[in-house]
Formats: sequence, structure tokens, C-alpha cells
Amino acid sequence: MNPRLAKALINGLLIGGTLVAVFPLLWMLSVSFMRPGEASALPPPLWPAHATLANYRELFERAGMGRYLLNSLAISSAITLLSLAFNLMAGYAFAKLRFAGRERLFQLLLGGLVIPAQVAMLPLFLLLKYLGLVNSYAAVVMPAMATIFGIFLVRQYARGIPDDLLEAARIDGAGELRIFAQIVLPLLKPIMVTLAIFTFLTAWNDFMWPLIALTGQEHYTLPIALASLSREHVQDSELMMAGSVVTVLPVLVLFLALQRYYLQGLLLGSVKG
Amino acid sequence: MNPRRAAWLFLAPSLLVLGLFFLLPVIAALVLSLTDYDLYALADIRNLRFVALGNYWELLHRPLFWSALGHTLYFVLVGVPLSIAVSLGAALLLNSPLARCKPLFRTALFAPVVTTVVAVAVIWRYLFNTKYGLANYALDGLGIHPVDWLGDPRWAMPTIILFAVWKNFGYNMIIFLAALQAIPADLYEAARIDGASPVRQFRHITLPMLGPTLLMVSILTVSGYFQLFAEPFVMTEGGPLQSTTSVLYLMYEEGFKWWNLGSASAVAFLLFLIMFAVTAVMLRVARRGGEA
Repeated sequence: MNPRLAKALINGLLIGGTLVAVFPLLWMLSVSFMRPGEASALPPPLWPAHATLANYRELFERAGMGRYLLNSLAISSAITLLSLAFNLMAGYAFAKLRFAGRERLFQLLLGGLVIPAQVAMLPLFLLLKYLGLVNSYAAVVMPAMATIFGIFLVRQYARGIPDDLLEAARIDGAGELRIFAQIVLPLLKPIMVTLAIFTFLTAWNDFMWPLIALTGQEHYTLPIALASLSREHVQDSELMMAGSVVTVLPVLVLFLALQRYYLQGLLLGSVKG
Repeated sequence: MNPRRAAWLFLAPSLLVLGLFFLLPVIAALVLSLTDYDLYALADIRNLRFVALGNYWELLHRPLFWSALGHTLYFVLVGVPLSIAVSLGAALLLNSPLARCKPLFRTALFAPVVTTVVAVAVIWRYLFNTKYGLANYALDGLGIHPVDWLGDPRWAMPTIILFAVWKNFGYNMIIFLAALQAIPADLYEAARIDGASPVRQFRHITLPMLGPTLLMVSILTVSGYFQLFAEPFVMTEGGPLQSTTSVLYLMYEEGFKWWNLGSASAVAFLLFLIMFAVTAVMLRVARRGGEA
């Protein structure tokens, strides 16, 4: 095949693929500015005839979208901060502190990765019910405060910290907590950013567990609220697209801003052992 | 404080969380699956009875369990190869020296991965609407009769598979791209000097070099796809005629709609066992293939 044709073919396919990947998202954005009922027409319009913010106003003033947005923000931020702290501590301990049974314990943890999270959901619900925590933010935050994946990620990265550095600090009389806070944490900064954005996106997009644990509207996160709205408003495509924009836009923007760290974490996490 | 005590101090919060909210519930799920825990037991624990393997036995005799398993297997068997093929194709295109604006294409192709399943499933529901959806409008332009994508039991699962491929292919694409970039360029150089065509280069260099990555990606994707839930929940509510009811969907309904928590735990454990078996078989086949 001649090179010019090959080049046209490859770039043509890439442009086509990109269109398929991005089109539904652009369509969502466009329809969210249409007037109610406008999208249900033949031929289906691609642009709003008169762009309007009415759908967004309806969502925030009547459907309680502001509340759901804040719930999502609060829950995802809490999960991110807490799990970041816990995973960093545990990952560092597995990588750099010697104690009896370290390797065996770590292998045991990795073994837990084969168990799908859904197996734990039914008893977890009962546990939270007996604790009186069903339908609270804590019900969603607490089980996510530490993850095997996060500990694994930090351990892989922290293994690169030279032992001499830690030994020197110990000889100088620094305590373990101080070593962790003042020497280790600054060195772990790149993996902290990676893990933070990963955790935040996962928490934001999570569906099944919040659906089970949050039984009252006042605690709904955006995905749960959207799923419930979409059953009530089957015909209102414009309103639902505005709801989808509110749900997707924050994570999409976050990803675009911190893309490098996110993709790095994806690769680190997939190269096991 | 010596390092050993510090280690346990650093581990304590994570181990406590994982033990209390993961390990304990998993063990409890096993116990729960051997009881008839239902709405009556939820009201008063004294109504709880031990039924041994009764729940499992009953499930294996329920047509709904087998059909849910069948739908899930359909989703996995068609969805995983299709996803991986699209991911690999996109990675090969992005890795080609002839491709331009690579970072832009890469970001755009990856974008669906970071979106919220529920939100994009809602978008697809409208795009594949029978009457006003753009999918049917485009088909109409080609002279093809409209398809009742999500309302026809034959089409609902294929539509969900298409959606899943669109949503997920970017993830494996990034992993494949990194693996492709790690293949030494002189291998291709040598092949080219020997006059090997691009197709033969792909078969005899690219594919063997991607072997371990392909295996890992396959296993991760298979276990991910076995956990099908949000897509049918939002797009079809398990219908039409229960044609998109997956195993997890069954577990959710059994547990949180009918409050048969014992039987639902048995569903969860059966799914776990099936996933475990499939992964083990894949590893064994790959090992044998590697030795041959």
C-alpha cells in the first residue's frame, strides 16, 4: 500500500473512531439546551433552535439537583481524603517497614482482589442496618475508606524509596511518625495525586452500593438521583440530558485537567506483581 | 517507637476497614447463603432457620437463575472479545508512526471511560429510541427498517453490548498502547528487511509480544463484564421479557426488592465461583499455550 493512502486511512479511522466516542457526549450537551419536547421530532435535531437554560433551572429549582450535587461532592471528597490517608500509611508499611508475616499478609490481601465486591454487599447492608447507619453518608463512605488496590498502588511506588534515607533519619533520632510525615509523604506526592483522582472518579461514578445503602432521596448521589429521575421522566429527554451533563461534566473536567496522573495510575495498577 | 510497632500502627486503620467492611461481610455472606434469611428474619431474627445448601439447590432448579446466567454469559462471550478487538485496533492506530495529533485522539477515545455509567446509559437510551433516536434515523437514511433496540428481546442485549464496548474500550486501549510502545523497534526493522508484510509482522511479532498483556487484559475484562448491573438497570430494567436480567440484577432484586437475603447471597456466591472457575481455566489455557 502506498504510504500516502495508508496515512489517509489511519487518520481517517482515528477521526471516525473519535467521532463515535465523543458524539454521544456532544449530543447530550446540545440537547440539554433544547426546549422541552424539542428533541422528540423527526428528523431529530442536532442543535437547539433557541438555546435555553430552562432544563437546568428546572433541575436545580424543582428536582433538587443542587442537593444531589453537594451529596456527591461531599461523599466523594470524604472517601478520597480518608482512603488516601489510610492507603498511604498501609502501602508504606508494606513497602518499607519490616515486620513478621509481612509478605504473607500482603499476599492474603492480593488474594482478596478475586472476590467481587458484590458478595459483601448483602451482609454489609445488614451490618449497617444493625448499626443504624443505613441511609447515611457514613454508609457509603466507611466501606470505601481503604482499598486493596490503593494499598497495592502505594506499595509499588514506595518500594522505590531508598532504605538509606530512612536509616539516616532513624540514626539522627527521628521518630517513625516524623519520618513518614516529613520524608516519605513528600516523596509519594506523584502517587498521591494519581490515587486521589482515581478514588474520586470511582466514588463519583459508583452506582450499585450507593443505590443499596442510600434509601432516602435526601442522601442520593447524582448517579442514583439520575437513575431515579430517568424512571419518572422517561419522555423528557432534554431534562435528562441536562441531568447527565451535571453528572458527567465535573469528572470529565477533572480528568482532562489531571489526565497524565490518571493514565499513569491506570498503567501502574494493571502491571501486577 | 520501633519500626515494627510503627508498621502495625500504620496498617491498623486499613486492616480494620477491610476486615470489618469486606472480610467479615464475605464470611457472613457464606453463612447467610446457608440460611433462609428473609423479610420475617429481618423483622425478628428468631425466625431464621439453617437450610444448609437449600438455597443453592433451589436456585439450580429455577429457570430465572439459568436465564440470568445465560444472559450474563452472552454479554461476556460477545462483549469481551469485541471490546478487546476494538481496544487493540484503536491502540494499533494510535501507535502507528503515520498517525497525527496522537494526544488529542487518545484523550477523545478515552473520554467515555471516565464518564458515569448511569448518565451515559441515559444518553444511549435516547439515541437508540425507536421513534426519535438518531440510530434509527441514520439506518432509515440507509434504507434499513427501524429496529426496536431496547424494546425487542432479541436486540436489547446486543444494544447493551454495543454500549459497553463504547464505554470501556478506552481503558484497555491505554494498556495495549503502552505494551505496543515497549516492543523493540529493531524486531520490526529485521522483519521489514526480510520482506515480511505488515499483516505477517502483526501475527509473528506484535501478537506474541503482546501475549502476557492480552492475557491480563482478558482476565480483568472478563471479571468486569461478569458484574453487569448498572447498564440493564438504567437502560432496560432487566427487560424486555427479562432478556437483559443479569446474575447481579437477579441478586439485587432477590435481595433488595424481595428481601430474600439468604437466597441472594447464594446467587452472589455462585457468581463468584463461576468467575473464579473461568479465570482459572483462562490461566491454565494460557500456560499450556505458552509451553507449546
